[in-house]
Amino acid sequence: MSKPRTYQTEAIIIKKTRLREADVIFTFYTPNLGKIQAFAKSVRKTRSKMAGHLELLTYSQVSLARGRNLDTIIGSQTINSFLPLKSDLWLTSFGLYVIELVNQFTADNVENPALFQLLRETMEQLCRTGNRELTLRYFELHLLDEVGYRPQLHQCVSCQKPLEPVVNSFSPSSGGMLCPDCAVNHPSSYPLSLNAQKVLRLLQDSDYSTVERLKIDAELSRELEIVLSNYLKYLLEQEVRSAAWLYTLRQQIK
Amino acid sequence: MDQNTLPHADVIDNLVQEFSKLPGIGPKSAQRIVFHLLRAGDEQSKYLAEAILSLKQKITLCSTCCNVTETDPCPICRNDRRDHSQICIVEQPQDILAMEHTGIYHGMYHVLHGAISPTEGIGTENIRVKELMERLKNGSVREVILATNPNLEGEQTAMYLSRLITPLGIRVTRLARGLPFGTELEYADDVTLTRAIEGRQDF
Repeated sequence: MSKPRTYQTEAIIIKKTRLREADVIFTFYTPNLGKIQAFAKSVRKTRSKMAGHLELLTYSQVSLARGRNLDTIIGSQTINSFLPLKSDLWLTSFGLYVIELVNQFTADNVENPALFQLLRETMEQLCRTGNRELTLRYFELHLLDEVGYRPQLHQCVSCQKPLEPVVNSFSPSSGGMLCPDCAVNHPSSYPLSLNAQKVLRLLQDSDYSTVERLKIDAELSRELEIVLSNYLKYLLEQEVRSAAWLYTLRQQIK
Repeated sequence: MDQNTLPHADVIDNLVQEFSKLPGIGPKSAQRIVFHLLRAGDEQSKYLAEAILSLKQKITLCSTCCNVTETDPCPICRNDRRDHSQICIVEQPQDILAMEHTGIYHGMYHVLHGAISPTEGIGTENIRVKELMERLKNGSVREVILATNPNLEGEQTAMYLSRLITPLGIRVTRLARGLPFGTELEYADDVTLTRAIEGRQDF
């Protein structure tokens, strides 16, 4: 049986590519179809009825018509516009960072409902919480889980022994922690404080309600950010562009 | 006959190819334009060619507002009857045309030539923010109107500029965001409607 000509899906808009004068190719992350791309005509005109429902960082119900190469968007209706995200310079930047990571770590048409759930929860959490940095760390750790790069934080990835409560090292190339003895043989690994190890384990094994209760100081927050961003960079083999923007903002805006 | 050999002269093929590189013109329209030029008088081709050549030779960026211009400073920056204490910030030179068409704005402009888009790798150094901040230094500007596009990139650029400019003690305003004229409420999205309700005015 052939597939129906049109179909509907929920989607979070994670990328826009401008095409010709007023057309756009959108990249959606969807619960049951994974990452898909679709084309919308004339959405950059002021009178487009769909434009507002098809902005980055928007959770929408979209209707699509199958095409030979690209499907065409024939309708869209916002489910959640994540308005707080769009009204704050920092939150917009954090949101863009999140969707860029999702886009970079996923392939087209591979479904992953749990990752969609994570993405949606992260957007909602960013709208709600004061604990933004930890929300991003939680997202990064769980994204790694979903795409198959869960870092090993409980035992040494080299000798398999459970880690002692001391300063152990993190090795991006081995995908996890190394005990002090094994770290000697891995020059690209770097030491991680005991507190950082504890927070990472807690984030990895908990949900967002834990994140809201957790309080950490700026120094520890910075340590966690560095270890995870290095790991992400190692896996992607390139810079995360919106991370560079977050860096610029930190330098210029207090 | 070889499939790849077109039955026209190379000159025609070349011109068709050049035209089809232009936005909104496909191979068929390009062909139509070329054959029209072939039939039309010599003058038309001559004027077209001259106009295209002078575009690149004569147009530069205004050293004050970064708008495209034939003379530096541009006619708007030179005009003493306009209000030099107001600067309207837009993304592209075309936006100035749209603003000027309304005929109700009499201040200055500043063209950023883009908007901040972190995921595309477009940051502050890729748009003309430095030139703007330089302009604001001399203290004669009273108000900055943020007229970047009401999409995510434009909003983000506006929020960023507002953070930079507000500390200088200059009034920062943003074009109202609400419902476009000639549309229907039913199709409005949540963000637009929310802003429209928040920004409602006495009638």
